[in-house]
Amino acid sequence: MNAAAAIEVEGLVTHYGSRLILDGVDFRVAQGEIMVIMGGSGSGKSTLLRHLLGLHAPTSGSIRLLGKDITRASADEMHELRTNMGVSFQGGALLSSMTVAENVMLPLREHTRLDEQTMNIVARMKLEVVNLGGFGDLRPSQLSGGMIKRAALARAIVMDPKLLFFDEPSAGLDPVVAAELDELIIKLRDSMQMTIVVVTHELDSAFKIADRITVLDRGRILLSGTVDEVRRSTNERVQDLLNRRPREEEIDADEYLRRLTGG
Amino acid sequence: MAYEVMNQNGYDVVLLTDDVDLSCSPEARKAILACLERGRDTLVDLTAVTYIDSSGVASLVEGFQTAKKKNLKFGLVGVSEAAMSVLELARLDKVFPIHASVAARVEADG
Repeated sequence: MNAAAAIEVEGLVTHYGSRLILDGVDFRVAQGEIMVIMGGSGSGKSTLLRHLLGLHAPTSGSIRLLGKDITRASADEMHELRTNMGVSFQGGALLSSMTVAENVMLPLREHTRLDEQTMNIVARMKLEVVNLGGFGDLRPSQLSGGMIKRAALARAIVMDPKLLFFDEPSAGLDPVVAAELDELIIKLRDSMQMTIVVVTHELDSAFKIADRITVLDRGRILLSGTVDEVRRSTNERVQDLLNRRPREEEIDADEYLRRLTGG
Repeated sequence: MAYEVMNQNGYDVVLLTDDVDLSCSPEARKAILACLERGRDTLVDLTAVTYIDSSGVASLVEGFQTAKKKNLKFGLVGVSEAAMSVLELARLDKVFPIHASVAARVEADG
């Protein structure tokens, strides 16, 4: 891939306490690319996402977003970078005390000095983009699960970010709504040339939207490749994931006993 | 971004150039609304626009709405491919009167 990198992660190592979570992750996303990060529970995919968002400091390694190493960036530099980043969290993370339109407008209020009317129009335009036109005056509690995800996406793109991060877009949605969200993600990339990182464990969604897929397992990257490369992979762990086979772990008796007894 | 306002075929034509983004869309908004405040039929020429963000598009929307309220003509001309894809995303290509050039708009007016 020759396109300039929007995201470059090198040698990322991170711990929660003494537990190693990411173990030397190298990761690159080209500008305008849709990268899907896949992996089972506990693979480290959500932790990787949180590092990409600058929410955690790694033990070691570098994370460059749009050319800036966020592990060394100042607060001002991070603030500026965040205006180019949109995030759609799994649960939506909408504020229940505000209307949907006010939620979508929040980043504009925080980061710009646009006229009130302009902010209103931008927020409502984004709601149109995610097919929530006319729902701006409702409260988040009045929306369905799929609508909340779309409202969160509207907020994530309200600043026209260069980087969009999406945590589990399809989780908990019926297949039709999930497919609509997938279409929307592709449309956003095509229309706005966004670089998009999607964390998911939904195979159908991953295969539909991804330019490339990175498969994480126990804190390491098993494979980064195109959809076809992932499908054709002979790696046993990748195939376990694709075929939903439970992993067979070898038990280290000493280690197991230590965990049980705390000794 | 830079802009210029010209009078062509009875229209005030606001010619926007380069990137129309958060940093300069308020200026574009003012220029468009000023024409309409003067009671002028107004076209926005996007031929030389390399990028337009949502705040820029919002200024066009506000201009169109203001023109409707004042019963003035409004439209976009010379919409580049990049600008068109942003308009299409919010289906605004179906909302704005869009023509290739000022001459094409004048001809369409009949």
